[in-house]
Amino acid sequence: MLVLFGVTLRALPRIFRYRRNLAEQLFEIGNASLFMACVLSLFIGGVLSLQAGPLLAQRGLGSMLGGLVGASLAKELGPVMMSILIAGRIGSAMAAELGSMRVYQEIDALRTLNIDPVEYLVLPRVVAISLALPCLLVFSLLIGSAGGAFVAALNPEVAVSATAFFNSLKATLEPRDIIHGLIKTFIFAITVGVVCCNQGLDTMGGPRGIGRSVTKAVVNSIVFILVLDYVITRMLLPFTQASMAGGF
Amino acid sequence: MTSAKIAESGVAVRVRQLRKSFGSQIVLDGVDLEIQPGEIFVLMGPSGSGKSVLLRHLIGLETADSGEIHLNETRIEDEGIRDRFRLAMVFQSGGLLNSLTVGENVGLYLSEHRLKPAVEIERIVQEKLALVHLGPKDSLKYPSELSGGMKKRVAIARALVMEPQVVLYDEPTSELDPLVAVTVGREIVRANAVTRATTLVVTHDRDLAFGIANRIAFLSEGRIVAVGTPEVIRASQDPLLRRFLSADFTRD
Repeated sequence: MLVLFGVTLRALPRIFRYRRNLAEQLFEIGNASLFMACVLSLFIGGVLSLQAGPLLAQRGLGSMLGGLVGASLAKELGPVMMSILIAGRIGSAMAAELGSMRVYQEIDALRTLNIDPVEYLVLPRVVAISLALPCLLVFSLLIGSAGGAFVAALNPEVAVSATAFFNSLKATLEPRDIIHGLIKTFIFAITVGVVCCNQGLDTMGGPRGIGRSVTKAVVNSIVFILVLDYVITRMLLPFTQASMAGGF
Repeated sequence: MTSAKIAESGVAVRVRQLRKSFGSQIVLDGVDLEIQPGEIFVLMGPSGSGKSVLLRHLIGLETADSGEIHLNETRIEDEGIRDRFRLAMVFQSGGLLNSLTVGENVGLYLSEHRLKPAVEIERIVQEKLALVHLGPKDSLKYPSELSGGMKKRVAIARALVMEPQVVLYDEPTSELDPLVAVTVGREIVRANAVTRATTLVVTHDRDLAFGIANRIAFLSEGRIVAVGTPEVIRASQDPLLRRFLSADFTRD
């Protein structure tokens, strides 16, 4: 996997040659995941408000709900949930497609045409997922905040108006929080792309092998996302603690 | 077809003592072969005898445990061999990229290596498709819309676009009915006549082998058992070869 990552990185300067493949992959990712990302984010924001709202309201901290929901979405839930969604929807498709290309000799055919399969197939996919996932995070943050505000306003146990919710969000959420989330998402995206492409290229056997590769690709991606989430959070903590202290 | 008709073009392929094992299973056990420039050489043998593995070594998809392969005087492992020699392979399944149209598949080598402008690529694609009796309408189809025989013909057209010096065919008539198999066999002969490329065909189809070959080698259990013209092979008294050639379905 690290070898594939290294080879993909080395091929990065030639991405312009594969702009058509890149555009196709970007369209695939956006088309397949935007709606699901919106639905997921809406409910994550709503559930956050539903869980944290009453607790904060009981302690007279209801006005901080927007900041809590925004920070949770930007730094933790948005990156992790969007990455898991993409691993399940796009990563699995990548592993299946490359796996079937491997099984049905399409990758061998590329090699005989003197075309590097990593440049032709892996590079556009990894770059596309790395560009698309951070964009999805921004969507997720917007839609999730709207979901949180909606529940906060409608739930009598919370009873925080949308204006108060978004004022709290504006006062608490700093650009560095969003950058924190974007950095995480970017790293998760590369991980999902490389893990899934690697599994696809390593596929052996027939349709059963493809199925096994897809399962392994998704499971490994999720494990990597969660492990990396801790590592990156730990590394970025000194940079974001200041904003947390100021906000809460 | 006789050896006398073979033009002095193409590339000589020499295989020396090639050995390959997968785990404890010996697949190639000291294979020696000499293929003349421009000839149609058929490697025949039962399933699992190592034919396709040998072919994959020739195109560089496998690395041998020991032994040597030379194209003219150059070892196949030498750096830049693919710049000096153009090798093309037609896969058993066709190996067409399902996400591309027939035209895009055929022109892939030229477009990816930026060898010609788009208009010129389109012209060459149509020319090569015409050589295998496919028309402009077919170039817009996707591989999933093609029959097995058409896929093989598209794969041949894709190989021809490279203007290869060596063309390797892996089981070109497998999964085809006898009529389509004959058509594909004719396409192989026609392609050889046009390109004068050294042509190596791996098959267990006896009709195809004797129909198109200048020379035939019989591979069994990873070893070359017999090599010669179709007449020599037919007359061979090797028991393995005799059993393979005389195998017939008879009802008790």
